[in-house]
Amino acid sequence: MSMHLEVISPEKCLYKGDVVLVQLPGKMGSFEILNNHAPIIALLDSGTMKIIDSERNKVTLKIGSGVVEVFDNNILVLSDS
Amino acid sequence: MANLKEIRVRIASVKSTRQITSAMKMVSASKLRKAQNGILNLRPYAQKLQHLLAILQHRTTSANQGENINPFSQNREVKNILLIVFTANKGLCGPFNSFVIKSAIRRIEEIDKTANVKLFLVGKKGFEFFKKRDTEILGHELDVLSSDNYKYCITMAERFMNMFISGDVDQIEMVYNKFKNPAVQEVVCEQFLPFSNNSVDSKGKKLREEEVNDIILEPNEIEVLNELIPKTIRTMFYRVALDSFASEQGARMTAMHKATDNATEVLKDLTIKYNKVRQATITGEIVEIVSGAEALNQ
Repeated sequence: MSMHLEVISPEKCLYKGDVVLVQLPGKMGSFEILNNHAPIIALLDSGTMKIIDSERNKVTLKIGSGVVEVFDNNILVLSDS
Repeated sequence: MANLKEIRVRIASVKSTRQITSAMKMVSASKLRKAQNGILNLRPYAQKLQHLLAILQHRTTSANQGENINPFSQNREVKNILLIVFTANKGLCGPFNSFVIKSAIRRIEEIDKTANVKLFLVGKKGFEFFKKRDTEILGHELDVLSSDNYKYCITMAERFMNMFISGDVDQIEMVYNKFKNPAVQEVVCEQFLPFSNNSVDSKGKKLREEEVNDIILEPNEIEVLNELIPKTIRTMFYRVALDSFASEQGARMTAMHKATDNATEVLKDLTIKYNKVRQATITGEIVEIVSGAEALNQ
């Protein structure tokens, strides 16, 4: 089982794919999202997000401040840049 | 009968004009594609942002009847209105600039009766026009559109948001060309601030109440909302800048396409005329030679 992740900025789509783990720089501190996470909308600080995709590859992405929405195993990150 | 040389010179000049217009058309076409890509890339972001805002607004209205009014949504008594007019830096793009300016003037006349109008002009053409008139100009900016730079647009948008918050202006409207397709632009006047969420409501109704209320908000509802609303406003400004830029390129492309077609038409007529004159001259010369020879034979 994996989750679907989309990271989009106003200028382009930064990441799109199936993942098993996402670590995000939340405003209240860094946190991770695993499978079947409760629905949440959280603010993000600028920083690095870590992703482990469904092939177990580690990916890191730099994001600007933004917001994340998790709903029904769909993760959506809106980042400023 | 026209002089052969005259026509030749004209043909040459029309040809070089045609070359310039067709080159400008190509340049606009490639810039247009870039701008269109920008619009397409922004669209998912803007949509998702609206979606999140809809969820939050749904919650706030069902929970505490919108107790906290966001500073950006505050409707004040309108004394000062800021009109942001988006024009191009350059001409040669058909009625692009004049349409915006005309509709801005109409809007100014409308508002002028009830409130004090201030102007902010994006693009050189608008500034050159309005600096000769007596409406107060708060500022002007040249390069928002020529670079579809997100960061720069954001700082601009923040400037306007600060003006609104500090009470310098009570309402901000934008006059710009909305991009429909490369050949069609529509001049619209949109309210920028105070932020109205009418557009969000329709989508919000589709959400199921239990689901919406189950969502965890971090840090809390008010802070998330206070972050998302300015984001939406900034995105709106960026979208308008992109729209205007794409419209400009579209308008220029269409205008230059027509100019190239016209030049081709003129060139065709001129060539026919040139050949006719040339033929007539040759015929005339032959007649002279033949009749001269006839005269000698007798």
